[in-house]
Amino acid sequence: MMTKAEVIAILSAQSGVPAASMTAETLISDLGLDSLGLVETIFALEERFGVTIPFNANTPQDDSAFDLSTVAGIVSGIETLIARPAAA
Amino acid sequence: MRRVVITGAGTVNPLGLSVNQTFAALRAGNTAIGALDIPDLERLSVRIGAQVRGFDPETRLSPRQISLCDRFAQFALVAAQEAVAQAGEGALAPGAGVVLGTAGGGVASSEAAYRAVFADGSARVHPFTVPRLMANAATSHLSMAFELRGPSFTVSTACAASNHAIGLAFHMVRSGAVPVMLAGGSEAMLSFGGIKAWEGLRVLSSTGCRPFCATRDGLVMGEGAGVFVLEERDRALARGARVLAEVVGFGMTADAGDIVVPDPAGAEAAMQAALDDGGLNGSDIGYINAHGTGTMVNDRSECSAIRKVFGSGAERIAISSTKSLHGHLIGAAGAVELIAVLLALGEGVIAPTAGHRTDDPECALDIVTHQARAASVGAALSNAFAFGGLNAVLALKAA
Repeated sequence: MMTKAEVIAILSAQSGVPAASMTAETLISDLGLDSLGLVETIFALEERFGVTIPFNANTPQDDSAFDLSTVAGIVSGIETLIARPAAA
Repeated sequence: MRRVVITGAGTVNPLGLSVNQTFAALRAGNTAIGALDIPDLERLSVRIGAQVRGFDPETRLSPRQISLCDRFAQFALVAAQEAVAQAGEGALAPGAGVVLGTAGGGVASSEAAYRAVFADGSARVHPFTVPRLMANAATSHLSMAFELRGPSFTVSTACAASNHAIGLAFHMVRSGAVPVMLAGGSEAMLSFGGIKAWEGLRVLSSTGCRPFCATRDGLVMGEGAGVFVLEERDRALARGARVLAEVVGFGMTADAGDIVVPDPAGAEAAMQAALDDGGLNGSDIGYINAHGTGTMVNDRSECSAIRKVFGSGAERIAISSTKSLHGHLIGAAGAVELIAVLLALGEGVIAPTAGHRTDDPECALDIVTHQARAASVGAALSNAFAFGGLNAVLALKAA
């Protein structure tokens, strides 16, 4: 699906990990992104999909926050945000 | 007291992307001032400037450095690479530090963020907006790039920022606080907003920068960086480094007068303080790289101050303003102008004041115009007099 391919492309551009080696199950923690790289990745995702991803660098483990642990988590989070009315 | 020498110099400026390219342009008297090529130019009333051309950060910096750095910090990093390479093996030490000047910091980064949220209605700005725009960014990136863990900070004193930075680093090495420092300055204000702000003051020229000329009509903005390795002399000699020049004195004063109009008394006191700090007599000075902005108030005030300091001896000192060639680099001005001082002290070439048409009787000193002049210069001053009345003058001797 398009969203997944585009998420992987952004993750690949930010991390240098080849897109072909990533799957839905790929752990974001395995991509070698540092804290700045993660923040830049979130910005790129927001710009691409026109969404605002809830993320606070001080509370990255916050349960209610966006699931940034895997490719599938990001894809599903973005699809939820896209489906939601923009006023949120 | 320890002696302090310059063992490395690096630059990115409108005249060239290295010290050697800059030397060549200074010798030739080629001005880099020309038509600006920036977005939204049609909404500016002043459309000339001195832009850095052909700067290619991809070949000199890592992708992460490029992503994190505004143009002003990229200039500083590339200039520092050249300076450190020239200073050679063993020049830097972990206790070394960095002092850089800048007036605006990451102007283009601030502007891009404002444009995104105010003009374009964007929901967000780039996540690195803060680390890009902060005035100390260039200093911090130099510290990280060269693993320098000593005293490091940024000074922001408008057009005198680089001279303050270099002067403070000089005093720190001379006092023995540190064996070696990186010092200089960087500026990148040639963006729509940066120029629009200066337009408002009505001090920019639309015709060119002609310091000390009766037809002068204002300053022309430039951009770039200069970075130097300042090192304790015995240490430099012990490791066989080539000495480019010796920094001997630094004088700083404040006018305590007007926020934009200079007071000749403040400039006079700063030049005298630099001479006194360096144990120099007025008769030792063979060249003054003037602040020489090309505004009427600066040029007349500066010439009057030079007459006060040097008396009848003022007329035998060669004076030039290289801002006519590289533009006014604001917070990087003193750093890039120090390269013209190195050319005079090291190679006996005084870079000219370009564009001169008619003498101004109120600036009746030995202004070197049109063409470079060969001269044996034993000692020189480099002047910087900032908006806000903050003055910083460096005194140097030939190696």
